[in-house]
Amino acid sequence: MSRTARVLPGFGLSLGYTLAYLSLIVLVPITAVFSKAASLSWPEFWSVVTAPRVLASYRLSFGASLLAAGINTVFGLLLAWALVRYRFPGKKLVDALVDLPFALPTAVAGIALTALYAKNGWLGQYLEPLGIKVAFGPLGVLVALIFIGLPFVVRTVQPILEDLDTEIEEAAATLGARRWQTFHRVVLPILLPALMTGFALAFARAVGEYGSVIFIAGNIPMVSEITPLMIVTKLEQYEYASATAVAVVMLVFSFLLLLAINALQTWTAKRTGRQV
Amino acid sequence: MPIKWLNRISAIVLSAGLLSIAARAEVTLLNVSYDPTRELYQDINAAFAKRWEASAKEKVVIKQSHGGAAKQARAVIDGLEADVVTLALAYDIDEIAARGKLLPKEWQKRLPHNSSPYTSTIVFLVRKGNPRAIKDWPDLVKPGLSVITPNPKTSGGARWNYLAAWGYALKANGNDEGKAREFVTKLYKNVPILDSGARGSTTTFVERGIGDVLLAWENEALLAIKELGPEKVEIVVPSVSILAEPPVTVVDKVVDKRKTRKVAEAYLEFLYSPEGQDLIGKNFYRPTLAEVAARYEKQFPKVALFNIEDVFGGWQKAQKTHFADGGLFDQIYQKQ
Repeated sequence: MSRTARVLPGFGLSLGYTLAYLSLIVLVPITAVFSKAASLSWPEFWSVVTAPRVLASYRLSFGASLLAAGINTVFGLLLAWALVRYRFPGKKLVDALVDLPFALPTAVAGIALTALYAKNGWLGQYLEPLGIKVAFGPLGVLVALIFIGLPFVVRTVQPILEDLDTEIEEAAATLGARRWQTFHRVVLPILLPALMTGFALAFARAVGEYGSVIFIAGNIPMVSEITPLMIVTKLEQYEYASATAVAVVMLVFSFLLLLAINALQTWTAKRTGRQV
Repeated sequence: MPIKWLNRISAIVLSAGLLSIAARAEVTLLNVSYDPTRELYQDINAAFAKRWEASAKEKVVIKQSHGGAAKQARAVIDGLEADVVTLALAYDIDEIAARGKLLPKEWQKRLPHNSSPYTSTIVFLVRKGNPRAIKDWPDLVKPGLSVITPNPKTSGGARWNYLAAWGYALKANGNDEGKAREFVTKLYKNVPILDSGARGSTTTFVERGIGDVLLAWENEALLAIKELGPEKVEIVVPSVSILAEPPVTVVDKVVDKRKTRKVAEAYLEFLYSPEGQDLIGKNFYRPTLAEVAARYEKQFPKVALFNIEDVFGGWQKAQKTHFADGGLFDQIYQKQ
């Protein structure tokens, strides 16, 4: 093991601080969740977390969150591209608008989206006759999750794009790459780690989202109940232990998915020869 | 220099804060209540404060907290210092007694009428002119009809709705449990949205224009008509419904610790007084005092009421059979 000499000292101190801080802010509350759930016996735990209603809620929560994060990745990249590469009137305004889903209280977002997509709303009145039912169904959940996840991809990709010199693309072109090749052989590999980070953040946010979804979902058992709602429902029935049991499953699921995304990110970064 | 100034300013602010606390030496009460009682307790609090100042020569400030009944009960169990709780159903206060050990188990026997100074019931709210011709419970299970009611798992009012429907079906079918279950299953097949609370359902029905009929607290329905005007919605009274008894009680551990028992008890007694009962009638709850009830007779339609004790054997039992995980409500949705 060779230690590289660093200009600034303080490795021990900063690592100690990092661990203490993480423990206090993240690990202690999570431990509390696990210990509460541990008050259930294993068969009890299993029957709570595999009840049909709960299973249906995992499908909706994780499915809609992955889909929403995927959609946000594609359109977030587009938005970031337009904001970095082109000049147009009102660009500052559009840039600020991207952050709005961060700033808006989620309940307000939920109520606004519901009002918009309900059958007497601005958009709902045109969509419902076409047979597209957005509010009060799984599609509504997706719309809400896309809304709240929008800023993540844009904000993670934007700085990388700003650093990306157009000369690289010009060089690719002079070497005979076609436009599509330039994009997917040259630009995309550089952006990929940032895109994945954005995807992971948007996904993590969507899985835990409660406030905005609850207004637009309709909350019908087996159809449009999200997992956070199942947890709240159990709390309302004073079943603290089963509520935390579902929370534990959600935590483990999310953690595994995020871990997988991180691993993928490291792998792509290595493949493109960049240091992580 | 700037730091010195900052110190001085903060010292001034701090002492001003302390002074204002000292000047406000008066008794405060916290009333933790459920969602639709906002307007009622605003009136009650103002009237009681005046009474108490005249009789006990003490200023009283009553703070209110409103929300879903179960959420409110949980807050009290977890340490919110409520001097009195006034919730949607006895089960939630039972839980405060059982889990928080903040009051005796027999709390409901301490005040008249099962500790419920006012009652209410469940009625139907339909659109102007009643276009779907809804008259009674059987109309609600017709195919294609859309019924709005909140989720009984998260809303106290929704549990009353559910039990009202179940009680009707029992009565209509000679106490046949199977038939009652079939009826309620069909009814919930007609429910497109389960909001988490009663106010949420009212919004869905009134603002979003969804549904043909809303199952609602009578007081919420009357309030909706007062606020919206009779040209938008009207009330349909079913042949039979449930007697909803939202109970009130002093939280013993809290009032003993805060030394507020006397004023808290007087506050609840005021609810039973003619003056309190009159405010109750004004806010569309059914008064329990006969002389006041007579005055508000016209406001409340006549409806045959059954109570939860007779039909379901009390809240503990109803909760366990119907609303607990794996209970009858869950089965409605899982056996598809």
